[in-house]
Amino acid sequence: MLRYLLPLGIFAALAGFLAVGLKLDPKEVPSPLIGKPIPEFVLPRLEDPKRRFGSADLKGQVALLNVWATWCVSCRAEHQVLQALKESGVVPIYGLDYKDERDKALRWLQVLGNPYEAVAFDEKGRAAIDWGVYGTPETFVIDKRGIIRHKFIGPLTEEKVEDILLPLVRKLKAET
Amino acid sequence: MIFSPAPRAIWPLAPIAFALLLAALHAGAGTVARYDFSGPVTEEHFKAVIGKLRCLVCQNETLLDSNAELAQDLRDEVYQLMASGKSDEEVIDFLVARYGDFVLYDPPVKPSTYLLWYGPFALFVIGVVALVVTVRRRTRNPESTLSAEERERAERLLREAGEGDEHP
Amino acid sequence: MSGELGHFALILALCLAVVQATVPLAGSYTGNRTWMSVGPSTATGQFVFLAIAFGALMQGFLADDFSIRYVAENGNTQLPVIYKVSAVWGAHEGSLLLWVLMLSGWGMAVALLSRHLPQVMQARVLSVLGMVAIGFLLFMLFTSNPFERLYPVPAEGRSLNPLLQDPGLAVHPPLLYMGYVGFSVAFAFALAALLGGKLDAAWARWSRPWTTTAWIFLTLGITLGSWWAYNELGWGGWWFWDPVENASFMPWLVGTALIHSLAVTEKRGAFKTWTVLLAIAAFSMSLLGTFLVRSGVLTSVHAFANDPARGVFILAFLSVVVGGSLAIYAWRAPHIRGGGRFDFVSRETFLLANNVLLVVVAALILLGTVFPLIYDALGWGKISVGFPWFNKMFVTFMPFLLLLMGVGPLARWKHHDPADLVRRLRLAFGVSLAIGIAFALPVYQGASALMGLGIGLAAWLLLSLWLAVRDRLKHRRGARAVLRDLTTQGRSFYAMVLAHLGVAVTLIGITLVANLEAERDVRMAPGHTYELAGYGFRFDGVRNVQGPNYLAARGTITVFDGDRQIAVLHPEKRNYGPGTMPMTESGIDVGVTRDLYASLGEDLGGGEWAVRLYYKPFVRWIWAGGILMALGGLLAVSDPRYRVRVRRRSTATAGEALAGGRA
Repeated sequence: MLRYLLPLGIFAALAGFLAVGLKLDPKEVPSPLIGKPIPEFVLPRLEDPKRRFGSADLKGQVALLNVWATWCVSCRAEHQVLQALKESGVVPIYGLDYKDERDKALRWLQVLGNPYEAVAFDEKGRAAIDWGVYGTPETFVIDKRGIIRHKFIGPLTEEKVEDILLPLVRKLKAET
Repeated sequence: MIFSPAPRAIWPLAPIAFALLLAALHAGAGTVARYDFSGPVTEEHFKAVIGKLRCLVCQNETLLDSNAELAQDLRDEVYQLMASGKSDEEVIDFLVARYGDFVLYDPPVKPSTYLLWYGPFALFVIGVVALVVTVRRRTRNPESTLSAEERERAERLLREAGEGDEHP
Repeated sequence: MSGELGHFALILALCLAVVQATVPLAGSYTGNRTWMSVGPSTATGQFVFLAIAFGALMQGFLADDFSIRYVAENGNTQLPVIYKVSAVWGAHEGSLLLWVLMLSGWGMAVALLSRHLPQVMQARVLSVLGMVAIGFLLFMLFTSNPFERLYPVPAEGRSLNPLLQDPGLAVHPPLLYMGYVGFSVAFAFALAALLGGKLDAAWARWSRPWTTTAWIFLTLGITLGSWWAYNELGWGGWWFWDPVENASFMPWLVGTALIHSLAVTEKRGAFKTWTVLLAIAAFSMSLLGTFLVRSGVLTSVHAFANDPARGVFILAFLSVVVGGSLAIYAWRAPHIRGGGRFDFVSRETFLLANNVLLVVVAALILLGTVFPLIYDALGWGKISVGFPWFNKMFVTFMPFLLLLMGVGPLARWKHHDPADLVRRLRLAFGVSLAIGIAFALPVYQGASALMGLGIGLAAWLLLSLWLAVRDRLKHRRGARAVLRDLTTQGRSFYAMVLAHLGVAVTLIGITLVANLEAERDVRMAPGHTYELAGYGFRFDGVRNVQGPNYLAARGTITVFDGDRQIAVLHPEKRNYGPGTMPMTESGIDVGVTRDLYASLGEDLGGGEWAVRLYYKPFVRWIWAGGILMALGGLLAVSDPRYRVRVRRRSTATAGEALAGGRA
């Protein structure tokens, strides 16, 4: 008798996975860099090409690295969230301006406000490859030891900040 | 427009049908014409490597066929790695370290993929066992309820109709 | 106005579907003939209303009525008329309407063509079809209404995706959907039979022509899809194991198994529960494919605009239809008995083995397709399962199937002396083996083990088919005898030969193109000639050409065989205006033994272009084989015995008597 129930059982299992699958985003690829030290890089700063900004500047503190570009539509939506986050003063935000034009990027910050402590200018997108960036915007959460602890793919929203980012930052700050 | 806006903005006019709308987004051809293949890297070898790697931002395309900007950057990267004498494994490790197993169209064999790699063989064995069991049972099955007379009549009719003329 | 008319027609169709799903079924249990007779009229009415809805949407496109959201999103005043028509099924909502229209068309066909069926059977079949229609109509009305209005009305529509503006793609979806939807008839017959508890040879006979017809459409749909992808996408490939392709290939494999299994059930009364399960599975695979493609759970090249509500709805519908039918199966199947005795070496065994292999292959494709989803659902991360995996698995298991295909047609029903079978086939086997080894030996360029395997198996198929034909013709000398055989009981035999020949032809095409093709990406300046596979490709520059609704960069490549000019290729890069990606239109010189193929890449400046050149030996054979398979199916369906109302006593009773005398 049982063998006649087998097809139903197999289907039920499959349907279960499909139901879970409906809640997942197949386009969001988790980063293998989580739990790993930040990739080394040294890039010119956006605001002043003579000065450098690199991985060394990110270490020793809980920080965010936000990958953005002026040609990225959803970055504009995210910008206000970043701006609000900066004003709260909870965590320093650093920027990685990805495959962009310097003039446009500077104007963007002038018009929309500058939430970043410093912005690295990755004109060729080479550093972004080491960070495993595959889209913009992406935001990395880095702990005091310079380890990547989380990566947000897609624009940060108020919900994501409240529900995931802030609790995580608090936890990381408490770590020694 | 690398992230979600790209597919969304262009694809509300989404296509139907099955079809490999491969290259649908960025239909790429001649993507490697710009490289110098007179040196240590041959075109076949280069294509063989990038042809099995998945473009991250596309719907379902290889690095070879994609015209996405990131795909172009990654092709450059792979070309430089290969030109500097890196082995295929090193090139693949380079990408996996940054983007994860997702970039591999040929997934690695490891405990979490045992089901994928060995499942089909298990299915095959189960199928063969079920087949043998079923057939054995059938060969022992007493010839149903036909009387000898009926069977003779039926067989005669079958012969008349042409032996084995029925084909699926 | 047409929008409201269409919407209203959809609602009426839904009402009729509800009646069709319930009244005849109730009548079949109470024995109420009047209730049962409601089936055919509601099925016909449903088709009429859906045809009205379909016509209303088409009218919306032809009249550029952009107040209908769907028309605004997929139509455009500049669109050539043929693409205004095909735009009706150019996106989710409209393709769903086409799907439902076809479903009701199949329902009407059943109502009209199966009057000779026992009324109870017909009533139940139509009711099951009505239930399926309810699901799809609700889906459409609640989540995907093609007649939704848009305000303010835009002045111009966003136009059909340029990629779909191709004659091949205008025809491909309807064919494919006819196949998918057609399996609903086999499904309905299976469920009706399960409900009645009467699964006999007659049921199999009724079901066979429907199943084969659906299979023909699916075969043609897949073939055309593959050809289109090769032709249109400029990547030179013809199959990528994308989830959408798999979604069509899985029901095809299960449907193929079903066709073979139905033959056994009809002729020998055996494998009844298995055949029923396959009938359920074939349609379930079609529905599952719909879910995978339209819910957005998998990343596919084929992106429908995704709406989570749709995914939830289809999954719920899938669960009701598939889960429900499998539950009925689990409840009823244990009580089904019967099936004649057969020996280990017999056609039954070979057909069952073929079924097992087809199902194993379909199951492994399902595994590979949903594995990334399972992996993710278990929290293990993201993984890709792509063509390398599928190719390896396919090459591992398909040879077994092809080996069986050689033996099956020669084996007799019930019992075949193993020694005799070996004696008949040993020469063919030896020759095929020798051919396979010869092709695997590295004495020519492109030789490989896979080449040997493919060609050896193709030889095996062809030789064994030839043996089967020779056997058949032993007592039928002369064209007249063959013709008579073809027009009487022999037709299904020749149908089988044709379809199996198609498999061999496809196999030869796949093997040769996969092992001998050549491909180059070249940077070409005007006047520059590149040599590939013995052909000289001369690039004669690119000029701009204005199409009906696009601007094209049109390249000219002249191909030489030695000094002789043999073809001029015109690959294009088309730009359909702002917001669209450039489309690649490849230039192909078609040939029986080879295609020469060029596609245009990027403009490298200074008159130089990146060009991809291909030499594709025997690639046409892949699709020629598909067409042969479909023709085989057509020949089988045309078998006069399916249309004889009063079945000829002889063969029918013989088969059924042997099957246990329970017709």
